[in-house]
Amino acid sequence: MSFLHLAVLSPLLLAIIIPFIHTYFKNIHTGWFLLPLPAVLFVYFLKFIGTTGSGGTVMETMPWISSLGIDFTLKVDGLGLLFALLITGIGALVVLYSIYYLNPNKEKLNTFYVFLLLFMGAMLGVVLSDNLIVLYAFWELTSFSSFLLIGFWNQRERSRYGAQKSMLITVFGGLAMLGGILMLSIITGTFSISETIQMSSQVKNHPLFTMTLILFLLGAFTKSAQFPFHIWLPDAMEAPTPVSAYLHSATMVKAGIYLVARMTPVFADSATWVWLVTGAGVITLFWGSFSAVKQTDLKAILAFSTVSQLGMIMSLLGAGAAALHYGTINDGYYLVAVTAAVFHLINHATFKGSLFMVTGIIDHETGTRDIRKLGGLMNFMPITFTLAIIGTFSMAGIPPFNGFLSKEMFFTGMLRLAEMDSFHMDTWGLLFPIIAWTASVFTFIYSMMYVFKTFTGKHHPEKLKKKPHEAPIGMLISPIILASLVILFGIFPNLLSDTILSPAMEAIMPSLLENGDGFNVHISFWHGPTLELLMTFAVITIGIVLYKFLPKWAGIYRLFPDRLALNHLYDRGLKAIHLVAKKITKSYMTGFIRSYLVYIFSFFILILTFTLLYKNAFAFDVSNTAPVHIMEIVLMLIIAVSSITILFAKSRLTSIILLGAVGYTVALFFVIFRAPDLALTQLVIETVSVALFLLAFYHLPKIRPEERIRFKAANALISIGVGAVVTMIALSAHSNKMFRSISEFYVENTYKKAGGENMVNVILVDFRGFDTMFEITVLGIAALGIFAMIKLRLTRGKDLDENK
Amino acid sequence: MEILMAFLIGILFMAATYLMLSKSLLRIIIGTGLLSHGAHLLILTMGGLKRGAPPLLGEHAATYVDPLPQALILTAIVISFGVTSFFLVLAYRAYQELGTDNMDRLRGKEGHE
Repeated sequence: MSFLHLAVLSPLLLAIIIPFIHTYFKNIHTGWFLLPLPAVLFVYFLKFIGTTGSGGTVMETMPWISSLGIDFTLKVDGLGLLFALLITGIGALVVLYSIYYLNPNKEKLNTFYVFLLLFMGAMLGVVLSDNLIVLYAFWELTSFSSFLLIGFWNQRERSRYGAQKSMLITVFGGLAMLGGILMLSIITGTFSISETIQMSSQVKNHPLFTMTLILFLLGAFTKSAQFPFHIWLPDAMEAPTPVSAYLHSATMVKAGIYLVARMTPVFADSATWVWLVTGAGVITLFWGSFSAVKQTDLKAILAFSTVSQLGMIMSLLGAGAAALHYGTINDGYYLVAVTAAVFHLINHATFKGSLFMVTGIIDHETGTRDIRKLGGLMNFMPITFTLAIIGTFSMAGIPPFNGFLSKEMFFTGMLRLAEMDSFHMDTWGLLFPIIAWTASVFTFIYSMMYVFKTFTGKHHPEKLKKKPHEAPIGMLISPIILASLVILFGIFPNLLSDTILSPAMEAIMPSLLENGDGFNVHISFWHGPTLELLMTFAVITIGIVLYKFLPKWAGIYRLFPDRLALNHLYDRGLKAIHLVAKKITKSYMTGFIRSYLVYIFSFFILILTFTLLYKNAFAFDVSNTAPVHIMEIVLMLIIAVSSITILFAKSRLTSIILLGAVGYTVALFFVIFRAPDLALTQLVIETVSVALFLLAFYHLPKIRPEERIRFKAANALISIGVGAVVTMIALSAHSNKMFRSISEFYVENTYKKAGGENMVNVILVDFRGFDTMFEITVLGIAALGIFAMIKLRLTRGKDLDENK
Repeated sequence: MEILMAFLIGILFMAATYLMLSKSLLRIIIGTGLLSHGAHLLILTMGGLKRGAPPLLGEHAATYVDPLPQALILTAIVISFGVTSFFLVLAYRAYQELGTDNMDRLRGKEGHE
């Protein structure tokens, strides 16, 4: 166990202690105890920049299930480090923010912070694991903690609905991914990601390649809310705002992006990958931004915006895969898309994180998030307004913020993808830049809506629950830090290029590099009058025009009455599954014990007959049998006749006596078959049993006439079947003597080893003493049960008396 | 002998199954009783019948019958007695409390699990 392991597991360990801290320090907000951990971890991970910046990686292994190839291996490379820094950095800011956001007197802080820590640890595990199975375990843990956090206000129906939806969709994807992991391990024989990457050419030529690729992408797309799986993310906004800022915009939803980036060296050199990843990304980008414009809830705007931005990063990763196809760095011709993806990952976390926090502030200080009620807040909340301007302008791609830079590079990536001369890009490739551009126009519109409908225009104090005022400074610190980063990365993007971007790209595209080489990343503002710049200008001009005339064309949203078709499909599907499952279960779980016995016996008949025939085991051999005496025939007839008579007996007494007759005859058989101990035992037990039967049933009053027992053909058929199968087994057991009995051991050793002369007794108390002990235990349990049942009557009776 | 026993065991199992499929709790218990008799005889028959002296070393015989099935059956007899008596008291108490031993009426209703 290295220090790195400890770092990854430390949030989980702290989660154990938090409830106690919460109980003992009631007067201090629990968040303060949490805050140092992500901050310290952030500093700890910062130290790795030196290693990854020079192309190195750190790998630590802790043996876990080595025999199955599952070891708790952690690997810090550029990509993992980027995510680890995001998780801990944003994590620290979110915790700080939540201290002012969550009221300690109203909210269950201990559960909230336990879930949050659970998530933090799980997410660190996802991005740093080098073992696919370990990655999968952490992956599912993030889904669970997300479920718990979305449903944090579990008294709200929408919260529970959103939690369940996110759970069902992401766990479905996780399961698909597990399938992909297993297939990949069939191909490569290892669960280690590093080793799998070494074998990428072997994977590529395997027949399972496409299937594996699709399963992995299902996992990534569900987690990162790609079309058509994006429907869970808007509903996840029921979570407290710090959670939305953290999980559902900055970190967890990027796990899918992480997976795609991590698996790029394995899968990306194929047309399927490029088309699926880029295609899904671009469609998600468009659909998300298009849907965002029609939202009226600030958080819903941000949710769809997140969906759209995730699609953008996804499409960039897909487009960057083209670089692998050509196998050379090519002056970074296609690689610019990968740079943009990694860069935008950071940018999105900064501006979207601060925007979520701004939304939280607005919600907190005015009591609503509905843009129809808000307006004119600029004068009341100048700092918040400034923060919102920075965030939205960056999101819209307006200089000098960081969003402008990544959006430019995004256009470049899409344009270059369209020029590619393979993978059928020459016919359909032009669609990518066109869709990307259209989506950017919508992005511009909703960004403007977000900021101007909230902060400018007419103020409606009568529509707000609270009198708006500026947020407390504690709530402002985190968004201020993030907004400063937006500006900082906008003006000095190359602060990141060698420290973070280039190492992350090395991890995504290792095959493009010679040993010791590194990507030369340089991001600049001014490229001259390029097509991309023109596109940005067009976005801004057309965006402003469309924003101005929004009411004129908003009608197009009503053209899609099924605009939530996917949600309807989900709801209807869920309902149908419920109904069908209930129907199926009800059809066989009748509540009648007889039905269950019928299942058991039918299965017994089927499976044993099948096995007898399939294994060719049935044999009928009349030789080597013991002689038959006339008296034995008489006894057999007694048993046969009495047991059949029981079936038709009308009174209880007759049945009990006949059962006794069978029992005593069996005792006689034991005498004939040279089993004196059995005969004695059987006689005693049979006597006691019959006495018990009579005691229990004879003295009970007859409260109803005995129900006529009708003959039932189905029951008779099953009974005859069971009897026939048992007979066949008995015959086969007699006829197939395949090996010698182990009884000879007992015959020889009874006296030598145990000093007894009665073999049966010696076996019972000595050789198989444990059997006997447990047999006594069974009797003891039965006796206790009987005692309890008789006791139950007494207490019940007393209760009844008291009730009277 | 073994062949005949096989058919006898079959009859016992058949009767036991039929009884267990009926509605009356008492008949079900009787069915389990018959089932255990059948099972005991089955085990004994599988080990071979009447091939030697009783398994007592005092007999000084050249061959003894197989002692192992006997040991197993001895255990089984006692266990089946325990189960039967438990069942009986259960049925008796159910009969007393609820006034019926009809399994269909003893069945829980929906929402009253």
